Amino acid sequence: MNQAITTQDLSKRYPGQKKKKAIHAINLSVPEGSLYGIIGPDGAGKTTLLRILASVLPQSSGKASVLGFDTKRKAEEIRKVIGYMPQEFSQYPDLSLNENLNFFADIQGVAKQDKQERIDKMLELTNLSHFRQRAAGKLSGGMKKKLALSCAMVHNPRVLILDEPTTGVDPVSRAEFWALLSTIVKDGVTVLVSTPYMDEAERCSMVGILYDGQILKEGSPEALTHALPFSIIELKAKPRKQMREVVAQTEDILSWNPVGDRLRLSVAEDKERQVRRVLERKIKQQKLDLQILRSARKTMEDVFVSIVEEQSQTTDQTSLEKSATQTSQKDQNP
Amino acid sequence: MTENTIEVKNLVKTFGKFRAVDDISFYIPQGEIFGLLGPNGAGKTTTIRMLIGLLRPDSGSAHVLGFDVRKKPEEVKKRIGYMSQKFSLYNDLTVRENLDFYAAIYNNMPFRQRRERVDEMLEMVELGHIQRSQTRSLSGAWRQRLALACAIIHRPKMLFLDEATAGVDPVARRQFWDLIYRLASEGISVLATTHYMDEADYCNTIAMMYQGRLISLASPDTIKESLPGTLLQIDLGDPLEAQKVLINDPRVLNVSIQGMQLHVTVKKESDINAIQRLLNKANLPPNTIEIIQPSLEDAFTSLVSQQRVLDQ
Repeated sequence: MNQAITTQDLSKRYPGQKKKKAIHAINLSVPEGSLYGIIGPDGAGKTTLLRILASVLPQSSGKASVLGFDTKRKAEEIRKVIGYMPQEFSQYPDLSLNENLNFFADIQGVAKQDKQERIDKMLELTNLSHFRQRAAGKLSGGMKKKLALSCAMVHNPRVLILDEPTTGVDPVSRAEFWALLSTIVKDGVTVLVSTPYMDEAERCSMVGILYDGQILKEGSPEALTHALPFSIIELKAKPRKQMREVVAQTEDILSWNPVGDRLRLSVAEDKERQVRRVLERKIKQQKLDLQILRSARKTMEDVFVSIVEEQSQTTDQTSLEKSATQTSQKDQNP
Repeated sequence: MTENTIEVKNLVKTFGKFRAVDDISFYIPQGEIFGLLGPNGAGKTTTIRMLIGLLRPDSGSAHVLGFDVRKKPEEVKKRIGYMSQKFSLYNDLTVRENLDFYAAIYNNMPFRQRRERVDEMLEMVELGHIQRSQTRSLSGAWRQRLALACAIIHRPKMLFLDEATAGVDPVARRQFWDLIYRLASEGISVLATTHYMDEADYCNTIAMMYQGRLISLASPDTIKESLPGTLLQIDLGDPLEAQKVLINDPRVLNVSIQGMQLHVTVKKESDINAIQRLLNKANLPPNTIEIIQPSLEDAFTSLVSQQRVLDQ
């Protein structure tokens, strides 16, 4: 399969950032026609990576190419074939939707005779035709994102780079936005998208987990969730406080996290049935109101949480070791 | 004096012909976490702006910590904490200097007291180890915790969070909410807006706004329990196609996609067979179908679609 985007040892160090690189030695390949998701904690380097690939920010070292064009040397060519939607609203608030689309069509080189057709198509695709005369600044949050997407796509790009397109968007508008993305991918466009929403990560064909400037894990959501070395039990009982106490006192639970109204418990696969039985018994004994106790599907949120926990443990470990060596040095050096 | 931290009665705000907030009433008891949810543009931020004394209501009343926001906006402003998605920190100051600055502008604490309060905040948000770092160099999650500390340094009894966790990853969001829980247990009342439905579940009460109106006001569990029908979670290859197949079926009340799972609300449990047949016929055979309890995301989606149907 052809790769739409590839990078080799891509790194970026911002001026004034002496110690740390924003991204470090990233090797990425995004197959053509895929929907590739970048997830990672804040400050992991997601925006830096996307900006370099959109050829709006030069890397410090390493290589990146988009549809065969080098991001540094062929930035002009790249901009013709990609659409880039930055995180901040970048349309003109006092111009109408029509005017915004016209402007972006012009700067992205849409031929004059095709322009109106492309604009109409975009407005239709995003369901914004009724609002074409409205000032962009007066749109709701979800509609602003759809306008931004239209502007990024008006020149019919083959690759779309979207930086957290649904942050600050309500669940219903978010679902609409993702339905749009699926249509776009079905039409053959390659989409690279960063997101803080783990349910969105599940809709990607490939996911890269960026942590501290590096891609720690990469794979399809199915492969990543499947590789988790434990099962998940979902539990909801009331009162919540007693439920937590029961969980805290039950053996063989590796870790547990609240998600919404439930707890998600990680349990070794061969212990799952047994733990569920024990929980059920204890909950009955204590006369709690048991509402959910079931084996749950593993999600990308489980993957993400387990990676972050693993990483922060190793960081804690290294800083502990560091401080230990520092203390011993001090001891030797009165 | 009232026992509720916030009391809102028949509050209205219009901009020209547009009724941004349309006759809403609610109250927030002391120490409660109150979630204000709704689609973009439903009136959440306008409501908050009235409650923090920045925007004058057209009619109705709102009392915050016993003060009428219309008559005593300055008294309200002094006593509340406010943090939004675009929180303002001084990038070129250190973590400690930011806290010190907010402590100084909010009240005339003597120097020593101020130092103690700053130390207390650094400990609470666990940023003591980087107090001398420049704010610019902090990760998003740390900046957010610092912004929270700045918002409560003057010991407000009421805290407003307007999409305070937008764009933040699940682990950092959970840590942030642990802090919010701690504040609530110390008697601080919280009003939060969020688009993350798992966070909404951490609230004691949820108000759902739609086009300026309150369409639901209840505890998260009550909202979920009051949803009509039976919710099915269906695992299949192409949920988007399946959604198109099912959306107009008379047995189906609502269809949404969560992750790669299709969530279908049917009128009654026995409709499950019909759904299975429909999907098989459309060449979209389900891998699994199970009956699940709705989450708040399901509730939100269903309430908003109901309203849209009513609008048409």
